[in-house]
Amino acid sequence: MTTMTTTKPLLAAENLAKRYGAVIALESASLTVQPGEIHALLGANGAGKSTLVKILSGVISADNGSVAVDGTPIRLRNPDDSMSAGLATVFQDPALIPDLTIEQNFRMTGVDRTIVQEWLVKLDIPELDFDSIVRDLPLPLLRLVDLARALAHDPRLLMLDEITAALSADQAELVFGVMREWKERGRSVLFISHRLTEVLHICDQATILRNGHDVESLAPGEGGEARLVSAMLGEDHHESSAVREGTNTGDHVVLEARDLHRLDKVNGVSFELRAGEILGIAALEGQGQDQLFQILSGDRRPSGGEILVNGEPLVAHSPYDAIREGVVLVPADRLHALLPQRSVRENLATPLYNRLSRWFRLESDEKERVDGAIDRLDIDIRAASQVRQLSGGNQQKVTIGRWLAAGFRTLLCFDPTRGIDIQTKAQIYQLLRELADEGAAVLLYSSELREIPLVCDRTLVMYNGQVVDEIADARTATESSLLTAAHGLEGVST
Amino acid sequence: MTTTSPTVSPPSTRGADIGAFFARHPLIVLSTVLVILILVTGAIEPNYLSVSGLRGTALIAVPVGIIAASQTVLMITGGIDLSASMIATAAAYITAAQAENGAFVAIGLGILVGIGAGAANGIGVGVFRVNPLIMTIAMSGIIFGLFSSWAQGWLAGSTVVGEFVRTIGGKSFLDGNIPYAVVIWAVLTAMIVGMLRYTGFGRMLYAQGDNAVAARLAGTRSWQVLLIAYILAGVLSAIGGILLAGRLGAVDLRLADGLLLPSVAAAVIGGTSIFGGVGSYSGTIFGALILGVLSSMLTFLDAGQAAQQILFGSIVLGLAWLYSSITRRT
Repeated sequence: MTTMTTTKPLLAAENLAKRYGAVIALESASLTVQPGEIHALLGANGAGKSTLVKILSGVISADNGSVAVDGTPIRLRNPDDSMSAGLATVFQDPALIPDLTIEQNFRMTGVDRTIVQEWLVKLDIPELDFDSIVRDLPLPLLRLVDLARALAHDPRLLMLDEITAALSADQAELVFGVMREWKERGRSVLFISHRLTEVLHICDQATILRNGHDVESLAPGEGGEARLVSAMLGEDHHESSAVREGTNTGDHVVLEARDLHRLDKVNGVSFELRAGEILGIAALEGQGQDQLFQILSGDRRPSGGEILVNGEPLVAHSPYDAIREGVVLVPADRLHALLPQRSVRENLATPLYNRLSRWFRLESDEKERVDGAIDRLDIDIRAASQVRQLSGGNQQKVTIGRWLAAGFRTLLCFDPTRGIDIQTKAQIYQLLRELADEGAAVLLYSSELREIPLVCDRTLVMYNGQVVDEIADARTATESSLLTAAHGLEGVST
Repeated sequence: MTTTSPTVSPPSTRGADIGAFFARHPLIVLSTVLVILILVTGAIEPNYLSVSGLRGTALIAVPVGIIAASQTVLMITGGIDLSASMIATAAAYITAAQAENGAFVAIGLGILVGIGAGAANGIGVGVFRVNPLIMTIAMSGIIFGLFSSWAQGWLAGSTVVGEFVRTIGGKSFLDGNIPYAVVIWAVLTAMIVGMLRYTGFGRMLYAQGDNAVAARLAGTRSWQVLLIAYILAGVLSAIGGILLAGRLGAVDLRLADGLLLPSVAAAVIGGTSIFGGVGSYSGTIFGALILGVLSSMLTFLDAGQAAQQILFGSIVLGLAWLYSSITRRT
């Protein structure tokens, strides 16, 4: 941590740590915010940004570390503690109760309506009907109302978690105006954004988190984007070597997306997926990739566009329709794929019985299929009686193994290596490559951008619900070029 | 771009815990409890430890055990059937009213009532996603209302069941030692246990109850699973009601009312989770037998119906608490 001035910092958080069970969300992070400063908090997915904000806003309590405001140590046991210390937060999801009116929401938090109104005027929503039900209002408007409410608490430090993600460019500009005004009053803003251009544009100072540590604090203007990106990635990011080889990509298109839309999350996605190829999706969190996978797997209907499997349109009413065409999903959350109280063998066999015609007995080759999946994935079956007793890595193997047992042609893998040990990770990637070599098509989203050049043949970059870039040979991509593209920035930095 | 690498700690085990032992070896515990209860009842009333004493308990247990089969199947899917006793009553009522058309037609129409009510429950829960508690308690009210009015109308007349139904419900063969109802129960048991263990449908019942989202993503269409499960439950409740009517000889609109709580209790005692995904019919059979012995014991103690209901209710509460405390630890 560097202290830029000799005055007491407004906020000094030291060595904050937070574990969730076995997972370390924040190892030791420090953050210093000076009065009259717009301070950016940056980091890749999973670096610990949201955890840090939740600690500072009193939503969760830190396992370790200290927080001081104006040099006085404070305890943050609940949101009230945070509020009375002069901290106010606008979270990623609006903190308004959907079934109440705006007025009723304000009354619950005891906020002065006339002050809120003043801020709403500055945010260009002078005529908000306070009697409208929150549920009926659009998300961008709610974010701005939430901001106005936070400002009405007159906080010393305003914390904005991805506030611009849902806003249009002109709305974002209004928010920047408010941030500047706040700064002129000698107060401070903590600004979290994936959009580096915004950070360069408005922030005085930036703290960068990586793997639960604060790794650098600098003025964003010095060194620009490239320096921010390299700080987020760390210095060792060029050292990993490719574990892939495989050139079996044919010309046969097994899955084609044509101009897929869903709500405002997926805004016209088109691509072709060929047999024998691993196609990567590189994206920051929340760019519509989760919705895209839900659409492709038949879990959700697209609001526009179409899916073709082997050239035939696929209209899926439920995942069954996609599975019957050989399109299967390994979902982001293992809890969405597993039967936690059932055995490993039963879990692996589950998709075999998804149709009525197979309900009258057990399949005669069930044992062979299940044994085959266990062998191929090297699943540790010592705790086989209940899947919930397995380690995360073994659980993930079971979610993939189900489709090995049942058979498939196209595998949709959504972040299959999240929170998994290195060895299992390598096994899973090796398996994906083998499957592709055998003629399967694989669509892979990984939240770890560095893995995409190592595993994929070709990569699409998604931003704001659209494919903004395609890298024909994924091996040539670097993590920083992907990160730059995933931030919606033009050009490729080094 | 690495996320933090998680390390997984092994789950703590408290092997000595009674609850955990029960969870792991339910049938050993249940059969021990059953034997102890039989011996205690024998100590209270020495004549109980005879063929006729135990046959009495078995006859009490049969309708409960069969209706508890519907609860078991549905609880495995995460549901329940609060209309089970009303379906049983309705089926028995129709069977009695149709007695003059012969046993075959009478029983067939009785079972058809079970199919109809079960299908309605299944459509409500499976297709329209109504909460099973709400759906089946509403169904119970509807059936009661219909039969209350029909009992004055086209169903007015005989409430006495036919000779054949009385035989299968209460009579015995082999010198009066083995009740026909017990044989029917044994056949149904083999079918239900086989279905749960050795069919794809059985697997889908457990999958639906353990994780409905996972079942859907694996391609299961839950409405199909639930519709068939509720129809099956309706048929089982109908058979239970017809056998009960056979034992008692006549029907009324409150025929099976007293069996609803015991049917849930038998499944819960047998280790079927009310949260779904876990359970077996063999456990439920022990549950029904235990309740049968308890009921005989209370009769010998002159305790009456009220005490019996209080005891059964307490057992369900106690076990629900025990299971949730086990689940919370693991």
